[in-house]
Amino acid sequence: MEILTIGLLLGATYALIAMGLNLQYGVARIMNLANGEMLVAGAFGAFWVFTAQKVSPYVALLFVVPAAFGLNWLIYRTLLRPLVRRAKNRGMLEVDSILATFGMSFVFVGIMLMAFGGDYFSYSYLAEPFVIFGSPYGLNKVVAFVAAAAICGLLYLGLNKTRTGMAIRAVAVDPAAAGLAGIDVPKMSTFAFALGGAVTAGGGIMLSTFLTLDASIGVVFTMKALIIVIMGGVGDVRGAIIASLILGLAETAVASLIDPGLTLAAAYLLFVLVLLFRPQGLFGRRPS
Amino acid sequence: MTRREIRNTILAVIAFAILPWLPFLKDSGYLMSLAIPIAMYTVLATSWALFSGPTHYISLATAAFYGVGAYVVAGGIGVVPYAVLVLLAGVAGAILAALVGLATLRLSGVYFVIFTLGLAEMVRQLVTWVQNNFTGSRGLYVLTDITERIIYWELLVLAALVYLIGWIVNRSRLGFAMRIIGNDELVAAHVGIHSARAKVILFVISGIFAAVVGAVMAPRFTYIEPSLAFSPELSFQVVIMALLGGVHRLWGPLVGVIPFTLLWEVIAASFPTQTVLLLGVAFLLIVYFIPQGVVGLIESLMRRAGIGRGSGDG
Amino acid sequence: MAEKKVLLDVQSLGKQFGGLRAVDGVSFMVREHEVMGLIGPNGSGKTTMMNMISGALKPTDGDIYLEDRLISQRSAREIATAGVARTFQLVRLLPSLSVVENVMAGAVFGHKRLWGRELEKYAVRQLERVGLAQAIHRPVSTLTYIDEKRVELARALASDPVILLLDEWLAGLNVTEMQTGIALVRSLRDDGRTIIVVEHVMDAIRSLCDRCVVMSSGAKIAEGTPEEALSNSEVVRAYLGDANA
Repeated sequence: MEILTIGLLLGATYALIAMGLNLQYGVARIMNLANGEMLVAGAFGAFWVFTAQKVSPYVALLFVVPAAFGLNWLIYRTLLRPLVRRAKNRGMLEVDSILATFGMSFVFVGIMLMAFGGDYFSYSYLAEPFVIFGSPYGLNKVVAFVAAAAICGLLYLGLNKTRTGMAIRAVAVDPAAAGLAGIDVPKMSTFAFALGGAVTAGGGIMLSTFLTLDASIGVVFTMKALIIVIMGGVGDVRGAIIASLILGLAETAVASLIDPGLTLAAAYLLFVLVLLFRPQGLFGRRPS
Repeated sequence: MTRREIRNTILAVIAFAILPWLPFLKDSGYLMSLAIPIAMYTVLATSWALFSGPTHYISLATAAFYGVGAYVVAGGIGVVPYAVLVLLAGVAGAILAALVGLATLRLSGVYFVIFTLGLAEMVRQLVTWVQNNFTGSRGLYVLTDITERIIYWELLVLAALVYLIGWIVNRSRLGFAMRIIGNDELVAAHVGIHSARAKVILFVISGIFAAVVGAVMAPRFTYIEPSLAFSPELSFQVVIMALLGGVHRLWGPLVGVIPFTLLWEVIAASFPTQTVLLLGVAFLLIVYFIPQGVVGLIESLMRRAGIGRGSGDG
Repeated sequence: MAEKKVLLDVQSLGKQFGGLRAVDGVSFMVREHEVMGLIGPNGSGKTTMMNMISGALKPTDGDIYLEDRLISQRSAREIATAGVARTFQLVRLLPSLSVVENVMAGAVFGHKRLWGRELEKYAVRQLERVGLAQAIHRPVSTLTYIDEKRVELARALASDPVILLLDEWLAGLNVTEMQTGIALVRSLRDDGRTIIVVEHVMDAIRSLCDRCVVMSSGAKIAEGTPEEALSNSEVVRAYLGDANA
């Protein structure tokens, strides 16, 4: 029972990270391998706010998230748009964006190493027990769950009930057709990419309240976000949420029942199963 | 054979006749410390390009195979003869590559890249887990009589092998199939090519080489730890060097390996804390400004100047 | 006179895309040495039909038999190896290979398997057959549109197919090129090739095809010689609307 709750709590936070990547890959068609680094950067922001400024890390949300939005906007306009223009087809764009964001991830890690050093960092915030069904859980994890649920809900509503959301979904399905329908595709792609980065950084802040991180751990989160996005079906919000919960549960189960050092192996196992049996994910379209 | 191929073969034969004598020169210690990494990266980058060049599937898993090879040696040294361990490392590399390939190569390149991104990290975690729970200690000692010279010669043999196999593949049906797949996978299917199978075979070849290199280099470590054997920087550097040189010619990666290795020695010494950052910047520069690699750039400039050859690889 | 052997037998073939029934219960046969025209207005399902025959798409229901072998749920690769070759609506050449290498590609892996000197000579013969003998070693990017189509045709011929699918091969050609193109396809027919032709150009249909199948909105609405098919009132209605039937 405990495993179930912890798994769901963890899964919800993973959902935030995956949501960010979903927007970036599903809409802007950028396979952003630096996604995990954006998360760690957000976490560093919260850490700094808490330890240096002695203020609740949730305050970091107020300025880290907009900063992440701006930073990702810039990254897309300056670094990624040239690739979009240069690519002759979708396959080439994917390869180019993978290489470029891979390089970026190293640049980010390098910057963070220089700025914060290579040590692990963590802080204790809101770690008081919060009782659910008779067992205590960290309040910080519960808050993260609520925040993740709220943000996912907002995103889902935003994508499905607003005009901008519909434009974004149209670009995700078919950028060429969306352009013909009068949608400003480059602007929507930039917006989606920036929004994705902001959501990811927000997820990082949430995670930092109860996880220990270091400058180079980004790649593990990138992997998990990628696995979730593929498991759920690229571009699909419900799919990403369900897949995140599955991953959170699977990891917690493996960590509690087998060994905490095998969480990535557990994620990979899920990934292999998806690739072998349903590569388009839970809600994705069959790949052509 | 074309005139260009004959020239290249003669150059290669001369090179392989001269290079083994390097350890007998004066100051050979310093030369070895450069020659061994250069030889190692040449094998790794060339075998990487054998697969990732024609298919455009970017493998980030070199460290996974390298580490597996190193651990096969570290685990069996003293118990099993070294030569057998090297062979076993190759087999292990082949099995790992086959598993990864069969799972991912039927699908588009994105799945493959993602899978390889975390593969080294996952294998590292698995090895750490095994070591923590079953063998007690974190690292393994590799104590052998194998000198740097022997390692150098082994690497030269591997380099000769990788060029030989690359040359054979390029002239074979498999090489032709790979060129077609790299151009248009739909057409490849419509002319009867089994794309997944061809990709897996090539990936296995490159995996074997990476694992054997790991096995050959293991004695140089003396003490192997998971984070040493499965270093993500290795995967990254191999990709950079191959892309820098150019992956469309068999000798392209070599053109990237030599300057990069030499430059890296200088940079790692002068800016030890910024190596990661600089790797990233170097990578971005290559991706944005010389995507075809130095060799590709030179060849396209020559084409524009009218000094030309027809299309097709050499 | 003995009836010619049936090479392709399409039985109640259907293809569903979500809510759209692109092809619905279509059946026809193609016999040896005949040229069959697959015609119909835009959106009638002709290209979907071609894609199912060549294996680029899998049918949702129905069967396709090639010389008595069931091919309908097989992969494009298996179908190509069994002897189905095609050209594409938008020409798909291999950009980094030379002209002759593009043609060689068709004769190495599938229905026809050659290698080495023999392969190159054979490919050159195919290029001569389609009238491109002088362009053999040129890079593909220098070709004119009709020459690109010739290369693709040569590649399809190189596999010595049991049945050749030409998907709007004459599309986009000017008047002179069209005449050359029709003459070329006619010469293939004279060689005894079995061909399915999807076309919009009625002249071509009339002069090339022995028989036609007419599709509209996914279903077959007529079958017969070109004269029979094109004078069928339903066919006229499908193309031109009710007022003209």
